[in-house]
Amino acid sequence: MADNKLFRVQVVSPERIFYENDIEMLEVRTTEGEIGVLPGHIPLTSIIAPGVVRFKVNGETKEAALHDGFLEILPDKVLVLAESCEWPDEIDMNRAKEAKIRAERRLKGAEGEINVSRAELALRRALLRLELSEKYKIKH
Amino acid sequence: MASMREIKRRKESIQNTGQITAAMKVVSTAKLQKAKGRVEASKPYFQHMYDAMYSILAKSSNISHPYLQKNSSKKKAVIVITSNRGLAGGYNNNVVKLLTQGAHKKEDILVYAVGRKGRDSLRRAGFEIKADYSEVMNEPMFSDAIEIGRAVLDAFSNEEVGEIYLAYTVFKNTITQIPTLMQLLPVAVTPKEETEKPSIEDLVLMNYEPEPEEVLDQIIPKYVNSLIYGALCEAVASENGARMQAMDSASNNAQDMIADLSLKYNRARQASITQELTEIVAGASAIE
Repeated sequence: MADNKLFRVQVVSPERIFYENDIEMLEVRTTEGEIGVLPGHIPLTSIIAPGVVRFKVNGETKEAALHDGFLEILPDKVLVLAESCEWPDEIDMNRAKEAKIRAERRLKGAEGEINVSRAELALRRALLRLELSEKYKIKH
Repeated sequence: MASMREIKRRKESIQNTGQITAAMKVVSTAKLQKAKGRVEASKPYFQHMYDAMYSILAKSSNISHPYLQKNSSKKKAVIVITSNRGLAGGYNNNVVKLLTQGAHKKEDILVYAVGRKGRDSLRRAGFEIKADYSEVMNEPMFSDAIEIGRAVLDAFSNEEVGEIYLAYTVFKNTITQIPTLMQLLPVAVTPKEETEKPSIEDLVLMNYEPEPEEVLDQIIPKYVNSLIYGALCEAVASENGARMQAMDSASNNAQDMIADLSLKYNRARQASITQELTEIVAGASAIE
């Protein structure tokens, strides 16, 4: 970061304002692929795919699991409307493991397209949760 | 005049009822506080969602999308949010009245009921109940809103219904709750008041990734879900607010009745004592 410019990011979920801060860089996965946002990004609206969101502030990186929602990059701020979003320490590993098994089971014996795509989404969410909580368990 | 014993029994029964209503008032006050917190917490999301929807629609006026237009079906889906329990004054009835006395024909309406009370009275009134999500009312979660939203959106894209409405009670404050019928689809975003100069955001040319149509395809369901979730939270708060008020006035009425009956009881007691005395005196003078 040459000029160390910051921009405001707001992550809002239905239950609460998840995160609000001035940060250096935002990394998020959209349906079109991973994008990194720096200050001065062009205005953009995009759909979020399940993935890890990273907030870089003061050289530190904070990570969270972001499952669903959309993202709006405006000149003065970045707004993420998340249907569900969690910090690593909020993830219930046992539940995620169960969800993973359930989704895998459903995928094996699935009939009908809607169920397959839904189960795939559930599986991706479970894997994301497991990945993130695994990572932070080792660290702490 | 009723006998002393009768008055006493009635007074005791009212006292018991009064105790119950007072306890229920305390309970719903506590629940109201909790529900109010949820409404507050869900507001920012909803507000941002609304703003985002509005700015997308305003900036790209030439988008045509199935969710923005009426389709061929004449049927209307109405999500009716009421409570599972009664004793809340006119709360449930007011929501039901939106449909029974509303502008839409009974035959055209498909009801997606949330809340047992509304479901039962609408069924009695001859409405078609398409689905029932009553158990949601105990503790509405966002995933419930997603489920309901998916059901109505499926019906909309299969052209089973041409319009989607939401009937619920807006929680304005603890003493005011307004039953409202709101249109969800086709999306009707009411334009904001025209400000003198457009803000910076209005002037920016927004880019979409993927195409605007696809983005809308994803965002509109989320918008609908957020509206449903907001409505569920507000309905829970309204229900407890209405119940609190109803129980408050019931307790007050019980107090009034007890005061009235105490007076009557004392009069009856006085009268019986007087009568007894007269009888004794009369008896004594007859012996002499």
